Amino acid sequence: MSRRKIEAAVIKIFHTIGLLFFIFSVAFPFYWMIVASLKPLIVLAMNPLDLWLDPAELTLKAYQDIWIQFKFGRYFANSIYVSALTVFLTVAFATLAAYSIARLRFRGRTFLSRSILIIYMFPAIVIAVPLYALYTKLELRNNLHGLVLVYLAQTLPVAIYMLHSYFKTVPLDLEAAGLVDGCTRLEVIWRITIPLSLPAMASVALYTFMIAWNEFLFAFLFLDSPSKFTLSRGIMQIADNINVSQQLLMAGAVIATAPIIIIFLVLERHLVKGLTAGSIR
Amino acid sequence: MKKKNSDISQNNISLQPREHSPDRQPTAASREQRLAYFLLGPPCLIVTALVLFPVLWNIWLAFHKVRLLDLRRFHWWEMETTVKNFVKIFTHYDFWPALKATLIYTTGGTMLALLMGLAAALMVHSRFRGRSLVRGAFLIPYIAPVVAVAFAWRFILDPRGVLMTSLVDSGILQQPLDLLGQRPWAMISLIAFEGWRYFPFDFLFILARLQAIPHVLYEAATMDGATPLQKFFYVTLPQLKLVLATLFLLRFMWTFNKFDDAFLVTRGTGGTRVITIKVYDFLIGEFNIGAGAAMALVLFTVLGLLLFLYFRWVMPRAEVE
Repeated sequence: MSRRKIEAAVIKIFHTIGLLFFIFSVAFPFYWMIVASLKPLIVLAMNPLDLWLDPAELTLKAYQDIWIQFKFGRYFANSIYVSALTVFLTVAFATLAAYSIARLRFRGRTFLSRSILIIYMFPAIVIAVPLYALYTKLELRNNLHGLVLVYLAQTLPVAIYMLHSYFKTVPLDLEAAGLVDGCTRLEVIWRITIPLSLPAMASVALYTFMIAWNEFLFAFLFLDSPSKFTLSRGIMQIADNINVSQQLLMAGAVIATAPIIIIFLVLERHLVKGLTAGSIR
Repeated sequence: MKKKNSDISQNNISLQPREHSPDRQPTAASREQRLAYFLLGPPCLIVTALVLFPVLWNIWLAFHKVRLLDLRRFHWWEMETTVKNFVKIFTHYDFWPALKATLIYTTGGTMLALLMGLAAALMVHSRFRGRSLVRGAFLIPYIAPVVAVAFAWRFILDPRGVLMTSLVDSGILQQPLDLLGQRPWAMISLIAFEGWRYFPFDFLFILARLQAIPHVLYEAATMDGATPLQKFFYVTLPQLKLVLATLFLLRFMWTFNKFDDAFLVTRGTGGTRVITIKVYDFLIGEFNIGAGAAMALVLFTVLGLLLFLYFRWVMPRAEVE
């Protein structure tokens, strides 16, 4: 056998094994999360290796308890509120700002389009200490709108960057035609640029939703009273409670994970675009 | 009607040749400029107030003795400048171990994620049934909330959890290991988590780059009698060099400053107390804002150096490509 054939055969074997290994390691923690949330603690403790879902011993009690007793219904609503508001404001502000950078002439334009990305590189922990001090001083902590403001500061730079590079690809002729027809700039944005850019805006919206929904550090630092908790903060709270079982905690984890995964599966294409566009170009 | 016409030309200034009297043009240009500033206003305000100002204030805080309780009624002009915060953090018994842990964690996590991303991209690049499904599934660790997956990992890696039970039951281990709290296992677990959670990010970019490699290169290599491995080393890898370098630097910066993962997965135990956790400890554990700020400033300085490298060295090359 030639060297080429041997190599091809070996690669094929590694390919199959590797693929199975990756699929298993990616899926297992999620599968385990679901199993652990559905099986009663005693069953799981007696036999931690039995990971089959036997319909006879499954129970939704953990979900019921955590939703009502541990107020995850409230946390879920807070998470939805914070994420939706962040998405709406990000898309609205970023669209207008990105249009300005892509199309309007003003002093500081080059500087601005270059410096957006740097802001996006600033990691959360570096600004966490001064923000904590600032929010304490202004008494903005423990306030969902204060949290939304922080999220906006994180999402706007990326969103503007993504949208401005997309807007540049919208044909100038169409906008010129709009202006000749007597539209103002804002009308041009509303009637021409936005309808042509809906896919890019969907990517931005999804990407922003993902960031806001998953965010942990600021929610953990800022939110103090349970009525204000988001899901990430709520899970942290019950994890510190020794009376809470693993089953409850995993039910909480599933509640936090399911919406974002479902959205992802439905709109995968857009999110992938958002992830790739958001980072380097 | 005439008025409307002149209006249009003003709006048009950047799109069409100017035809009207020159004395009107400054107004049109300045109107466009004013609109731009108006539209850019809200994002600039938010970013200035919540990113740029905090970064500057952080420097000020690092050089002053500030505790949380002082904040409500402190007057900045009455405070003395001091380097005590830096003396405190650099002589803290935990500083050098924390720095070492941060470097191990960052290098290990970044490398593992990059290698896993490369492997995954190479596997998904070739055609097979269910390929698009697998591609989507590979992104899920990156998309799920970090709190949720961190706790799932904690339970799986627990000494009484599913992994240790199966290893002991099958006779591979005599005693269960404490993978989350013992050296060196805690760091290994953390790095494994880092690879698992962030390989999708590298995977996406590497896959995109793989798909952009011109097919002619492979055809030429085949004509020359190259074996699959030779094709990988002499065709694929050189084409990926730039994206790999970029991803490494980018992810290195982010991992270096990452707090969530180490805080949630190992809680800083077993040699995983990285610098970001120390920032948190000073801030929340001791309510010592000054020391926290000084610690964050150390991180920020390193980040600044890496950013400089990125914009000087990697970005220009990426744009040429």
